Amino acid sequence: MIGDSIARLEDRPLLTGRAIFVADISLPGQLSMRVLRSPIASGEITSIDTTAARAMDGVVAVWTGRDLDLPPIAFRQVSFEQMLPYRQPVLAKDRVRYVGEPIAIIVAENAYIAEDAEELISVDIDPLEPTMDATGQLGEFAPGLDTEALQFEFEYGALDEAFVQHTRHVEVKVRIGRHSGVPMECRGGVADFNPGTGVLTVYGAAKVPHYNRDAIASMLGMSPSRVIFKEQHVGGGFGIRGELYPEDVLLAWASRELGRPISWIEDRREHLVAANHSRDQFHILKAAVDDSGYIHGLADEFWLDQGAYVRTHAATVPTLTATMLPGPYVIPAYRVRGHVRLTNKTPAGTYRAPGRYEGTFARERLIDAIAQELDLDPMDVRERNFIRSEQMPFSRPLEALGTAIEYDSGDYSLLVKRAEDQWKLSEVEREVAERRSRGELVGIGRAFFVEKSGLGPFEGVRVTVDESGRIDVLTGGASVGQGFSTVMAQICGDVLSVDPSLIDVRHGQTDAFPYGMGAFASRLTVMAGTAVHQAATLVKEKAFTTVASMLEASVNDLELVNGAVQVKGSPDTAIDLGRVATALRPVTARKLGLEPGLGAEDWFFSDHMNYPYGYHIALVSIDPELGSPKVERYWIAYDIGKAVNPMLVEGQIVGGAAQGLGGALLESFEYDEHGQPLCTTFMDYMLPTVAEMPPVEVLITEDAPSPLNPLGLKGAGEGGTTAFGAAIASAVDAAIPGTRVSSLPISPEQVRGMLALMEKRNADIGGHG
Amino acid sequence: MKPQAFAYERAESVDQAVAALVEHGDEAKVLAGGQSLLPMMNFRLARPEVLIDIGGISDLRGWSLSQDTVTIRSLTRHCDIQNSDVPGPLGALLRYAAGLVGHLPIRIRGTFGGSLAHSDPSSEWCMMATLLDARMHVMGPSGARVIDARDFFLTVFTPAIEFDEVLTHIELPALGSNYRVNLKEFARRAGDFAIVAVMSAIEVRDNVITDARLCAGGVSDRALRLVQAEAALIGQAPTPETFAQAASLASQEVDPNGDLHGSKEFRQDLVKALTKRSLAGSLT
Repeated sequence: MIGDSIARLEDRPLLTGRAIFVADISLPGQLSMRVLRSPIASGEITSIDTTAARAMDGVVAVWTGRDLDLPPIAFRQVSFEQMLPYRQPVLAKDRVRYVGEPIAIIVAENAYIAEDAEELISVDIDPLEPTMDATGQLGEFAPGLDTEALQFEFEYGALDEAFVQHTRHVEVKVRIGRHSGVPMECRGGVADFNPGTGVLTVYGAAKVPHYNRDAIASMLGMSPSRVIFKEQHVGGGFGIRGELYPEDVLLAWASRELGRPISWIEDRREHLVAANHSRDQFHILKAAVDDSGYIHGLADEFWLDQGAYVRTHAATVPTLTATMLPGPYVIPAYRVRGHVRLTNKTPAGTYRAPGRYEGTFARERLIDAIAQELDLDPMDVRERNFIRSEQMPFSRPLEALGTAIEYDSGDYSLLVKRAEDQWKLSEVEREVAERRSRGELVGIGRAFFVEKSGLGPFEGVRVTVDESGRIDVLTGGASVGQGFSTVMAQICGDVLSVDPSLIDVRHGQTDAFPYGMGAFASRLTVMAGTAVHQAATLVKEKAFTTVASMLEASVNDLELVNGAVQVKGSPDTAIDLGRVATALRPVTARKLGLEPGLGAEDWFFSDHMNYPYGYHIALVSIDPELGSPKVERYWIAYDIGKAVNPMLVEGQIVGGAAQGLGGALLESFEYDEHGQPLCTTFMDYMLPTVAEMPPVEVLITEDAPSPLNPLGLKGAGEGGTTAFGAAIASAVDAAIPGTRVSSLPISPEQVRGMLALMEKRNADIGGHG
Repeated sequence: MKPQAFAYERAESVDQAVAALVEHGDEAKVLAGGQSLLPMMNFRLARPEVLIDIGGISDLRGWSLSQDTVTIRSLTRHCDIQNSDVPGPLGALLRYAAGLVGHLPIRIRGTFGGSLAHSDPSSEWCMMATLLDARMHVMGPSGARVIDARDFFLTVFTPAIEFDEVLTHIELPALGSNYRVNLKEFARRAGDFAIVAVMSAIEVRDNVITDARLCAGGVSDRALRLVQAEAALIGQAPTPETFAQAASLASQEVDPNGDLHGSKEFRQDLVKALTKRSLAGSLT
């Protein structure tokens, strides 16, 4: 059952229209909230007049920043003290710092009235000069605070010596554009404070419901047990959805003020200026190499455009960028300096493969540059620098997300070999060479990367069998649509030999299960999956103990077949799990000397992440007149230790690849010089469609199971995204000889510049020849 | 993204629609397929107080052929055109262009007349009307009148239809079998409005170009005839050299504005490449 590509348990309600999303929730007396947002990128609020809006029929309340006294939202992870002053107020008071910043909220009988009332609020803002460049001069964020929220440096090894000893130095400067996760379902919530019970229920939770429950309780001065977060079906997360945002706090606060349920459903125009942006980094990488291309020392300095404020992720993205950047290579000496800069753009956070999409692009560009400058095959340079399998576990003296970086297992060379063999890439290379000789601009690019997954420290699970034999798997996990329930049911079913369709998985209900870390960092299959495995194993043991009593047999003589316990080889003795549960009703259980109920709770703890790794290959052709790169074929090989459901893994990889392609070729949040966002609809923020996606061939390997959990699991959520930009850039380089892509997304105009450069070089060569 | 409140009226005939427009004045808007108007209302870029829905007027849908003219009635859906059997080169061009209009759901609801009345300078139908000197028939309180394509598109989103008039049908010349037609678009994603598009129709007799029509979208506030390039084609043999020369002229006679999706120079280069390809494509 583990290892089978069974259909998703989630699909039936989704495909038959029976799934409940937060916008489907309609409670008696429910009101609607609307957020008035700043139309100015930077300025001082001089006055706000809400009189007309308040007087409008159907408007229940209007609040501005001066009407409420709420603290800024706390950092969820990778917190640095010095970043605290850069947090976003839940409503702007005197100062606005990006177009889209919440200035006031309107609560009305319905969303139409609320939006009408929004137009009646007059706000006067004295505009200030916006800061739109994260790499330029430092400006002032607030009195006494400059626009660099954080500068940090990590280092190991003898870097300066490496640069002295090895005098071949290769440098690249690369830029990764500003793009982000854009879930199909915008954000939203329904907050329902019941003055009778004193309980605040929040629907529409996602990603980190337990953490957000505690954060809301703390901000509103409530007991955590009086706050309940409930997750519905969620239309995509990608890191950005489910973080605690100002709107979530305002919604909960307003519901408590009014004692009524209030709904807030974000529209797409809001989403593109209000939800977290991501990426947007500029790197300068320098390597000291020897003639074989071996990197003796690597120095990186990078600037991250954090946007207007530091939100819940604090330094998550820059530190992950810094510490994961060395990737699959040994790199004996390394120094990285990161700058987190504030600008007047929408604030940034994590997005699928945070820091690794950027760092992989930067590092793999460097590898290609080393190969180019030393006239080596880039794959030889990679092989030369790979950490060998016999070096595993491999420690790099750095930390990520509070854990020491120790690659648990891996055989990088083997994955390259498997991929090349599987897809006969040498033949593809020959075909491409032939096309090139006919004058076509076409090339193959490759990139290798290490991911991380399975972040701890814990997940807990309770598995309970009812008297019909149905199994309830109650978890502290969360689902953002990734197939969580199916995977948990498969693991549970595998242990108890029960069909997954008889297993119900619950998640994201904070009143049902008190602890959970959430759905991020490709962690849940590893963490919750292992907890399910353990709890189900305890259930199996209890069933054996129970049946042993019932049959007066020894536990060692029993086996579990098709959801029934029987004496080994004697199907006529079979007692199905439902009957075992029946035998464990309180009174009979007591007679058997057992605790009532066929169920068990267990916890899995882990102090280390584990490290899947992958290999992307792209075949790109260029239209020489139009400049448009076309991704003709794409291949992804990924080793995740153990695939519980290969179909879902492949789905994760291909879906992630689409997002990688978006960042490589299409998606970019652009601004004009006044800080006005230019991409506020899907006409201008260009998500790839199915027509832009190449066929993606996927190879899932299980050569390096994780030694850190009994099933060998690693996470699969991000590896389809990570190296997409790097592989495409490499392929475009190969298609247009003598040029090098240095920024993403690669626009047709950028390609045209490269074509002009190629033609000029060809002409020069011709002229001098 | 909720529209401002509006009244809704359903017209059962063109006369009723005109009467309603007269009654409500310029606070009213005609609703056809709603594929441009409704998003604009949701963004509150359009704020009509009254929507007059002409979608139920069945005799505004479909097409007919008489002698050398094809008449397309305004509520004909893009998908109707895509699946139509209009004969000859015009039919081929109509069907191909219809397939490039937005995405399938847009083609199912959106209408030929609605697209022309919306007057987006990159729209396939605005280009075709300009290319073929279409005749737009509108009905108003004082009766019907005809507007030539060259007078119809005033600027972006601004047709020469008065507030109390309804676009009823469009006449296009049924191109003879000596015409060769083509459309080339450049967009970064399938279904997007083209950054630049070039539509061509050339008549070739005895290996000589006897009529040449070229129209570019995405380079001006309306679809633009490339008159110098057209002049350079007439009387020439349809060879790659002729086409290349016309394409160079075409890129020189346009003066597009740059924006997020492409600079002026890029758009000029696209005009050149697409003109050449459209002309070459018309022969195959």
